[in-house]
This record gives sequence, C-alpha cells and structure tokens, in this order.
Amino acid sequence: MSAPLIDFDEVIANFDPVLGLEVHVELGTASKMFCGCATEFGADPNTQVCPTCLGLPGSLPVVNGTAVESAIRIGLALNCSIASWCRFARKNYFYPDMPKNFQTSQYDEPICYEGYLDVDVETDEGTRTFRVEIERAHMEEDTGKSLHVGGSTGRIHGADFSLVDYNRAGIPLIEIVTKPVEGAGKYAPEVAKAYVGALRELLRGLGVSDVKMEQGSLRCDVNLSLRASADAPLGTRTETKNVNSLRSVERAIRYEMQRQAALLTDGTAIIQETRHWHEDTGVTTSGRVKSDAEDYRYFPEPDLVPVAPSAEWIEQLRAQLPEPPAERSKRLREEWGISEKEMQSVINAGALDLVLATIAEGADPAASRKWWLGELARRANDEGVELESLAITAKQVADLEGLVQSGRLNDKLARQVIDGVLAGEGEPAAVADSRGLQIVSDDSALLEAIKAAIEADPDAAQKIRDGKVAAAGALVGSVMKATKGQADAARVRELVLQELGQ
Amino acid sequence: MSAISRDDVAHLASLARIELTEQELNDYAGQLDVILTAVASISEVAADDIPPTTHAVPVVNVFRDDVVTPSLDRDSVLDHAPAAEDGRFRVPRILDEE
Ligand SMILES: [Zn+2]
Repeated sequence: MSAPLIDFDEVIANFDPVLGLEVHVELGTASKMFCGCATEFGADPNTQVCPTCLGLPGSLPVVNGTAVESAIRIGLALNCSIASWCRFARKNYFYPDMPKNFQTSQYDEPICYEGYLDVDVETDEGTRTFRVEIERAHMEEDTGKSLHVGGSTGRIHGADFSLVDYNRAGIPLIEIVTKPVEGAGKYAPEVAKAYVGALRELLRGLGVSDVKMEQGSLRCDVNLSLRASADAPLGTRTETKNVNSLRSVERAIRYEMQRQAALLTDGTAIIQETRHWHEDTGVTTSGRVKSDAEDYRYFPEPDLVPVAPSAEWIEQLRAQLPEPPAERSKRLREEWGISEKEMQSVINAGALDLVLATIAEGADPAASRKWWLGELARRANDEGVELESLAITAKQVADLEGLVQSGRLNDKLARQVIDGVLAGEGEPAAVADSRGLQIVSDDSALLEAIKAAIEADPDAAQKIRDGKVAAAGALVGSVMKATKGQADAARVRELVLQELGQ
Repeated sequence: MSAISRDDVAHLASLARIELTEQELNDYAGQLDVILTAVASISEVAADDIPPTTHAVPVVNVFRDDVVTPSLDRDSVLDHAPAAEDGRFRVPRILDEE
C-alpha cells in the first residue's frame, strides 16, 4: 500500500513545495443553516431532520441570521473584505449524502474575501512569521454521514450498501480557502500546522464553533504540489482529505512531499487527484481522480434572496471582535514570563484556553501549563484525542494543583489522582481519599522506614556519618520505595541527615 | 449554430444520472436548443445598465433567528424511504464508477 518515498532533506534540496489549505468549520449555532433542526452532535440518526434538510418537494430554505453574523465575524478576524452583496449558489451533484442533489453553497460571490492570517513558526534562525493569505471564506451547509456496510475492508470500495444519517446535513459550514502558500520551503509542514492551529484558536476565541477536530467540527483538506524551483511554474497538485488533527496536517504534508518527490525524481507525472490520509498508518492513498465529472453547474440559488450586510452592521461586528490571538498571545507571554517558543507549544497543543481556565480557577500559570502540556498532553496523545476532550476539567486540574501546593500530594501521587479522575472516580480530593493517596508526613512513620533503610545499607550510613552527604540519595530512594512514593522526598532527606548526625 | 449540442445533452444526462436513448438524446438536443435560443433573446434587450435579476421580489437579508424548531418523527420519515436499516436510509452501494 505504501508508496516509495525519498528523504525529506532530499525533497528540499530538489523541489519547492506550494501548499494550499481548505478548512471547513462547522458553526456552533443551535439550529441548521436553512431550517430549524437542531445541530447537536451524537444524536440518534435521522432525529434532527425536516422537509428542508431532507430536500423534500415544496420545502423552502430560510437563512440562519446567526450563521451569517458568524461568517462575517470570521472574515473580519481574518482581515478579509466583506461583500456588500452576495448570493448563495447551488452546487449540483448526485451523491446520497446530499438528499437535495445539490449543496447550497456560495460560488463566485463569497461573503468574505482577500484576508490573511500571520502565523509564527520556529525555524533554525529563530521564530519567523509567515503570512498565509486567505482567498475567501464562504457559507455553505454540511452533508449527511454515510456508513458503508459490507465488503471486506469497510471502506467504500467493496461496500454492498450504505446507511445514511442526515442529522449533519444542513449544519452551517464556513469554508476558508487560502491562496497558494509559497516560500515556506522546508517549513511547509510546520507552516500548515501553525496555520490550522492559529485558525482554530481564532475561531475558538470568536466563540463561533467548538472546533473539535476529532468530531469533525474543524476539517482540513491539504493541497500540495512540488516544482523544481521557486520561479518554475506550479506543479500538479493533489488534494488530501481526512486530515483531522493538527499533527496529521504536518505529517500528511511531509508524506505527500516525499511521495510526490519520489515520483517526480523517477520521471513519473503526478496525477491530479483526491487522496485520503490514514492517521493510523501515516500514509495517503489514492481516492477519486479529478475529472470532467466534477462539473458542478453552479447557479444562483433561486429560493434564497441575496445577503447584503450593511456597513453599519459590519462595523458593529468589527467593534465587538475579541482581542486578536497574536496580541493576546503576546500579552500572555509577558504576563507569564515565557518565551515565544513556549507559548507556541501551548497554542499548538490546543491548550491555551484550558490553561487560562485553570488559572482562572486559582492555579498559577506555570503549574497550569505544566499539567496540560505534560501529563495531560501525554494522556490525550495515548488516547488519540484532543486535550479538551479528556475527562478532566480546568477546575479539577486547579484543585489537583491545590492538593500539591498544600503538601497533601506530590507529583507522583497527583498522577495517580489524574488516573482516578479520568476513570470517572470523582473530584481530585475524593479520588485521593478513596485511593488512600497522601504524602506520609508523619515523621515517626518516616523514621521507622529510615531506620530500616540504615540497617539495610550500613555502608551508605557510614559514608554519611563521615560527611559524604551525597550518599543520602541511596537511603532516600529506599525509603521512598518502602513508602510507595507517598513520602515527601525532601523531608526524608532532612530526616536521614539528622538521624546520621549531619 | 445551435446553443446546445447532442454531446452536451449526453454529458448533462450522465452528470444527472439519467439514462437516455440515442433517439432521446437527439430529441432533447433539438428541444433544449429551442428553449435556450428563446431565453438568449433576453440578452439582446438587456442593456449594460440593467443588472441581472436575482429574484422576482427585490429584497435582501431575509434571515430567521437561530432557534430550534421540532424535527420530523423518524419513523414516519423512514417509512417513506425505499429502504431503511438501523434508523438510517439504506441506499445502494455508492461510487460504482470509481
Ligand atoms: Zn431540517
């Protein structure tokens, strides 16, 4: 299945990558784009459908005003111009996931156009800002979800039939399309990841979407082509779909660069096609070949009237925009006293809001960052979910840190408390109680363990008596082991030295 | 020159997943040509200062509030489908053409 690849350094030595990103954002509106059906994720199949979103004859769409407002706010935050007059269009195609046989979208009159988003990337020469230019952001509706049944692989090929759920059909989507991103060179994978990460923070800050990549409320398609050099004409591009985590954005681009370079080096032409990213195996495979069949015969949607946002409305929305992410991140960096690189890792981990919420619950900034970027990031990675989907709240993390600060837990015990919280055993204090987790602070209990340790290792004890206090490490270690990590190591050390006359 | 060729009609039929016979292709190409030619005559009278009509009623910004309204009962929806399974519409296998 996997294609021949060439070394990434060799790709960079011989080719110049050009990338383009299409991001689909599901808006967090209560109702759908053109009807009043609920948009709740995970509802029973086909319980959030009506004549409009099922495309039944005689039904008529009406635009969700909040979705238009969200679209304009997204455009403004992306430094776009906002169309003073634009229309919806029908994108005609036959596929069971779209019961109307067309998707209501926008064609040559997007509501937002020509903007940009600046993203910071760590390079060999330090942090560099790349400007990703936005071509357009337009309004459309999501499609239904198909479940392919039968066949040997569960993929579309070989499926005997498909089962379709239209709950998602008609949920408002904003599609944000970049212009070709040139000049990123070997940083192309990082620029793409930083862009999607920054866009996600921006959308989260606007409060227009829950931007959960693993639930599909933020989806990314990656266009990539290679050319011999920066002044050569653009090469043939592939469009990789199903890139549903920040990490995958980077990996998928790196993979496509290596795959395309291997073909080109071999003298084989790149086929313009849709490819699918496989998170588990880290490869892309060929999907649909782009052909004349992609003739969508767009025409203006006759059932909807034009959208013509007034200048006053636009200015009112502009005035209410939240602090731009770049400024917010600069302000927080200064408040927390951390480097750009450290801030970048908070943002790339999708942890900024979680860290802020944890601070708001009373933890200090350093501790908040430590938990979310350390232990919790590791758990999220193990489970293959985003940080925010972990079964632990900012309040619980702040409470946990409170238990550490009060001296009840050390970091090791705190990790066991995290186990309990994630397993649904309750609040941190309750988990510590029920699991009997508590630093042994009773000196007499510790002294007993210390005496046993001295008896077991008379050589180390003698060295300490002779003034070689470094030898205390061995005794502290065995006391920690004997108390199953429930002792405060610093206190044990003090007591060991005291006991041996130091 | 005709406004639409027989090949155009065949292409559109394939996009629309409609199977047409040779006879139908020829018939429809002729009929559609008459319609398109008639519609095209509008552009002869439309001057540059007349914007294209978008809608029969000249209104903009018709929005509804973002309020959830009741959806249909699932069983009655699926009762109208040719086939259903597990609360979902059952459709023939997709993408035969791939
Ligand atoms: Zn509906």
